[in-house]
Order: sequence, then C-alpha cells, then structure tokens
Amino acid sequence: MDDAILEMRGITKRFPGVTALEDVSLTVRRGQIHAICGENGAGKSTLMKVLSGVYPTGSYDGEIVFEGRPVHFGGIRDSEAVGIVIIHQELALVPYLSIAENIFLGNERRGRGGFIDWNRTNADAAGLLASVGLDENPVSPVIQLGVGKQQLVEIAKALSKEVRLLILDEPTAALNDVDSAHLLDLLRRLRDRGITCIMISHKLNEITAIADSTTVIRDGRTVETIDMRGGGVTQERIIRGMVGRDLDSFYPDRVSTPGEEVLRIEDWTVWHPVQHRKVVDGASLTVRAGEVVGIAGLMGAGRTELAMSVFGRSYGRDVSGRLYMRGRPVKARTVAEAIGNGIAYATEDRKRYGLNLIADVRANVSAAALGKLSRAGWVNGNEEIKVAEESRQDLNIKTPTVMDPVGTLSGGNQQKVVLSKWLFTDPDVLILDEPTRGIDVGAKFEIYTIINRLVAQGKAVIVISSELPELLGMCDRIYTLSAGRITGELAVDQATQETLMALMTKEKELAG
Amino acid sequence: MTTFADVRSRLARPQQRRYLPLYATLALLALMYGSGVAQYEAFSDPQVVLNVFIDNGFLLVVAVGMTFVILTGGIDLSVGAVVALTTMVSATLLQEQGWPAFTVLPLVLLIGATLGFGMGCIIHYFEIQPFIVTLAGMFLARGLCYTIGTSSITIDDPFWTRMAQSKVRFGDNFISPSVIIALVVVLVAVYVLAFTRLGRNTYAIGGNPRSAHLMGLPIARTRIAVYTISGFCSALGGVLLSFYMLSGNSLHAVGMELDAIAAVVIGGTLLTGGSGFVLGTVLGVLVLGLIQTLITFDGRLSSWWTKIVIGALLFAFILLQRLITPRKR
Repeated sequence: MDDAILEMRGITKRFPGVTALEDVSLTVRRGQIHAICGENGAGKSTLMKVLSGVYPTGSYDGEIVFEGRPVHFGGIRDSEAVGIVIIHQELALVPYLSIAENIFLGNERRGRGGFIDWNRTNADAAGLLASVGLDENPVSPVIQLGVGKQQLVEIAKALSKEVRLLILDEPTAALNDVDSAHLLDLLRRLRDRGITCIMISHKLNEITAIADSTTVIRDGRTVETIDMRGGGVTQERIIRGMVGRDLDSFYPDRVSTPGEEVLRIEDWTVWHPVQHRKVVDGASLTVRAGEVVGIAGLMGAGRTELAMSVFGRSYGRDVSGRLYMRGRPVKARTVAEAIGNGIAYATEDRKRYGLNLIADVRANVSAAALGKLSRAGWVNGNEEIKVAEESRQDLNIKTPTVMDPVGTLSGGNQQKVVLSKWLFTDPDVLILDEPTRGIDVGAKFEIYTIINRLVAQGKAVIVISSELPELLGMCDRIYTLSAGRITGELAVDQATQETLMALMTKEKELAG
Repeated sequence: MTTFADVRSRLARPQQRRYLPLYATLALLALMYGSGVAQYEAFSDPQVVLNVFIDNGFLLVVAVGMTFVILTGGIDLSVGAVVALTTMVSATLLQEQGWPAFTVLPLVLLIGATLGFGMGCIIHYFEIQPFIVTLAGMFLARGLCYTIGTSSITIDDPFWTRMAQSKVRFGDNFISPSVIIALVVVLVAVYVLAFTRLGRNTYAIGGNPRSAHLMGLPIARTRIAVYTISGFCSALGGVLLSFYMLSGNSLHAVGMELDAIAAVVIGGTLLTGGSGFVLGTVLGVLVLGLIQTLITFDGRLSSWWTKIVIGALLFAFILLQRLITPRKR
C-alpha cells in the first residue's frame, strides 16, 4: 500500500506578469490523506486547479502521472473520468435543486427512452447519503441545508462519480467545530475504504490530527513533504516550512512616534450574514496617532470582515461591540457615518469594490467626498480637477491625464487612486486591506512611502496583509487573528515570522 | 490638417474611447442624411430635419428620462404607459371635467413623478429587479388608462390647440413650441448629469454599485431620484404627445418604452450603466426619426421597415459596446 497514486512533476504555471507555480512536484501515496499547506497566495489552489483540469494541459509545463499513466486533461470532465474529483471552497451546488438532483447533475440516472429515472435517482442518492452519514431526504432542496451538510452532499456527489482521488480545498473553513470534526471523521472512513484524499488547509491542528503526509508550498515552490504517520510532527515543525519568505521589498525607514489613541474597538463580534457562525468573535484593538498597526491572519480568519464591520457595518449582521474615536464612543451604522467619524477603508479587491473602472481618475478621486467640492448640489468642476491634479502629483499617479478611465491604469496606480480618494475624505484612521496586493515592487515601495508620510502627519493606519515580511517591515505593532479571535498582540521588535504564524494558526482544540 | 490616421490614434486613446459610440452615431446620422440628400431633392430642405424634431419631441423627453435610469444600470418599462395615462388624464380632465389647462398640467406631471418615485422606492427598499417593478408599473398605468375610457378623447382646449398649432418661425423654417420644451429638458439634463452631485452619483452607482456603497454614496436617494425623473419625463412626454395628437387615447405610445431604450442604447449609453451622455440620446432619437423620414420619402417600403432597421442598428451598437468596454477578468 505504499505505491504512488499520483505524481506531479515539474509543474510550472505562469500568469501574465507572475509565476504562480515554479517547478512544483507532488507525490501522493495510495490510500493516504495528504495535506497541502502554505501561506495565502503560495500557489496551493493553483496546483489543484492544474491537477483537476481547470487549467488544461498546455497552459502549464510539467507532467501528471495518475495510476502509473501520464494523463492530459482538457477540462474537469476529463479529470473526473479517471476518478479525480475536486471540491472547491465555494461549494458548487445548485440551491433550489434537490439533494438527489445535485448529486447526479450532469450524470443523471437514465431509464427507458433517455428520460430520467427518478426512482433510481432518489434511491441511489439515499444510499450515497447513508455512506457519508447524512440523514436527510434526497428530495429536499439543497438550500435548506447548512454549509456542513452541503459539504457532505458534495462528497456524496464525488462518491457517485467513483472517485479515486478526492481533493478538498479548505473543507472546514466555513464550518463550525462540530461540523469540522464530523467531516474529518468522514475523511478517515473514506481513507479506510481506499479513497485517497488531498486536503488543502490552513488549520494545522486538523492537519496534525488527520494527515498521513503534508506537503508545504511557499511562493509557488515545493518546500518539503513531511511524513506524518509516525506521529510526533508538531505544528511548529510545519510552520517552519511555511514561513521564511524572502524579503523581496525594501521598506523605507520611519521614526515611530505614536501619539494618543485614535481608534479603539472593544469586544467586537460579527455574525456571518447568512450562516450561523461568528466571523469575528470578541475582538479588541487600539490604534494611536502616528502609528501603523498590522493585522495578520490566514484566509478566513476574519480580517476583512473585522475591518468592514467597523467601517459602517458594511459586512455581517448583528454587529456588537464598542467603537471609540479619540476616546469618545461613536456609532458608525452606515458607511457615510463611518466616513463622517474619520474612518476610511481601502478594500482588498480594488477592481470589484474600490473603484469605478469605467469612470475617469478625477471622478474616482472626488467621489467619496464630493460634498467638499459642491454647493447646493452643484459640483465645482474646476476645483475638482485641481484636487485630482494635486493627488496625481502628490502620490505620483502615472496617468496621461486625470480624465483617463481608471481601468486603463496599472494596479499600482489604481491603488494610488484608491488612496487619493480616501485621503480626500481627510480621515483620522485609514484601514488598508492588502494595500500592495497585485502590484509590482517599485509601486509597493511608493505605497509604503505614502503610508509613512501619512503617519508622519499624525494619521493612524491599520494594515491588513497576508505578507508577513510586509507587516514586519511596516508596522509598529501587529495583532494576529485566527478564526475570528485576536490571538496575539506583538510589538514589531518582538515579532518574527515564526511567532506570528504560530499565533495565526492557534485555535481552540478540536471538539470531539 | 488632420488625417484619418490622426483621428484613429486619437480615438484609440482610452480617454476618448467612451466617446466612440457617440462618434459612431454621429457618423451614422451624417451617412443617413447624406444618402437622403443624394436620393431626394427635397431632402436638403432644412425643414426636413426640423420636422424630425417636431415629430419626435415627446420621444426625446421620454428618452432623456430613460437615460438617467439606464445610467444607474436600471431600466424603466413603464414610460410608454405613463405617456398614455398622461394623455388620457389630461383629455378627460380638460374635456369632460372642464378643468383649466394650468391646473391639469402640473397635476399630470405630479402623477408621473409620483409613479416613478413609487417604483424607485419599491426597487430600492425591497431590492426587486427594476425590470419587474417597472413592468408592473406599465400594466398599472396602461390599465388605469382603460378605466378612464376605452375610446379616443379629442382635446379642443384653447391652450392645447395653441401649443399644437403655433409655430416658432425663423426665416422660412419653423419648429413647434414642444421642440423648445424638449430642448430645454435636454439642456437641464446635460447640466444635471455633468455638474451636480446627483449626476456624479448616478454615474458612480451605475459604474460600480459595490464601490459606491463602500464610499458611502447616497444610493437610496439617487436611485429613487432617477426613477422619479424618468416618471416626470414620461408625463412631460405625454403632455407633448397630447399637444401633438390633440387627443387622449389608451392606445397612445404602445411600445414607446422600447423606442426610448433603443434611442438611449444607439446613443451610446451602456445598458449596464455608468457610461453615456444625454447628447448621445439626442442623436439616438434623431437616428430613429431619420430612418422614419427616409422610409417615408422612399414611399415604396412599408413603415414597418423602420422597426427592422432599428433592430439591426441596436444589434450593431450593442456589439460595438462589447468591443470598447474593458473586459472583466
């Protein structure tokens, strides 16, 4: 039972401008649960998309050998035909179809004349549900199930396709503790039935509990594969492989002179908008004037959710907790109120949430504080262009004119437009969510310089980032967030990538 | 002296790209006019163009309102029915109830604006698709017409007949007072969209509603305002139509909502919102009017060919928009 079911050799996948995977190799042994872990953006999901045919043969370099034979996939159908099934983090069920219909979607049980044999469909579905331990009527619609149960339906669907290698991308990210434990149990049972499983996960306690071997990926390369069967492999052992990213940027020097407190939140709790779980749980933090505070956390830790809920409750429901600006309790129930109280939030996804790409630079810069440029509803167009021009020069936005559409600028310059927009609202505290995501090294340095200039002017800045070197290079203090809880607060001179990662993966012990 | 290559490289500049549909419509218009002049001697009379304005003033006003709605990424299917309702309410109040013109006028405008306001509120606060809400509004308004009366009511109110018959002359040519009203509406709309916060918020919401929300823009106020504007414009369009027809009829303006949408799209406004100009809509209305005129001059073709040509043009312009808008990843 120690032969390899899958070998991926020398996989290299490039996107325009970035190399997502560089000569990655992965060997998975038959009948094992194989975990893959790495920081955000390390290339885990890309590797799984290559394996499942989402990126077809030809769009990457390298070789995939499955069951001893080289395979070439043109799409997901091809990989499913040989028994490789991927379950994505965002579940792909059709909400208003029944469980049975979802399980056999595209793979219908047909009777005479090519019509669907509903009796057989529902009976087979009932059998599959029993094998994943889900006690539900196969004809009930999927939308009535919670995420945990939907996950089980996905697995039942995979089983219906005679799966030999099951890939799960962050299967427990959206689950509560009980559902997670249940899912891990199921994976063990499937392993005993001979189904090999690849699991991408951030939750190191789950990995140490369940995985037979673990491959660590960092910056698009395989770092190591650890054999976990003997036991005794600790979470710290895995963390050591995950971190240690090279410092690929320089950070401008800054003299830190924190002033008085600007923003404080206490006991901040946010519920998921539709699911029954807390996304942020009792978080408290403070930021002082002239200070850069970092928030570190892995995907799904609740960083963005925390920031957006503070910013006018633009995320979540039943937000509770206390918010103070300069020591005074304030209510920021809408985005407009938050801006009025001096809070600004620059989103991590500037294209979808941060900018009006088809509008020009001028309109984007002025949009959030147009009131400052208008009288009785009439916008002073000349003043507006002047403001945009000043921003262009101040932040060195490279655009032919301020009348060019923002969608035509590069990522770094788009980010400067986002910053200009928020600076024009004259905030006391700026929350920057992944401010350097997807921009090149030169523009990163410019963004860092701008941040330094802002704190020198006495503004408070919160930086949310997946890149630990960036946080260590830019911040005065760093909070770590794990599963919605603040698990640590470190002054930057006490923090290392290892200590941060340990706090970021710290969780309650698994239930059951 | 600008060469063709100069023009092309200027158009290729991203800054100019949003004007491309506008230029395309303008070129189309010139082409149509040129072919008309080349074929028919009488076509070169300036009055031909002025007649296009006279015959389409009401459509112009309705299409201006529609431009606001489409700029936010919405749609208003109720406009034709609101136009018809306005003609019916005006006719019955003037003829059967004997109300004075200057009471009827503000009342019908208020009715239109209120209908638009109501639909805007439902669209925003209940988060229902504009398509469905305004479809319901269309049935409501059209149904109300028939409860007032099923036959045509002729209007002989002195103010109405004066508006219908008087001509604003300049030289040998003339336009109707309705054209002046329509042009004033166009001017006001141009200014509101370009120079007011309402206008800027309209573009911002249409361009990216999610980013508009995260900037704290007044989304509710803006969305309700655009439907109110569209309702008001429909009612004003209805008044102009009743000047033109001197009658109220439940069957007036059947399908006008689609003509208005066509004019807006041919004028270069993105159906997904966020980009477009009122002046483009004016050109769009002129294109529709000129097709009609050309077919009339030809005399051999059935006037239903207008619809076929409009269909082909719509298709061409939607394709053009696909080509010039930046693709999403």
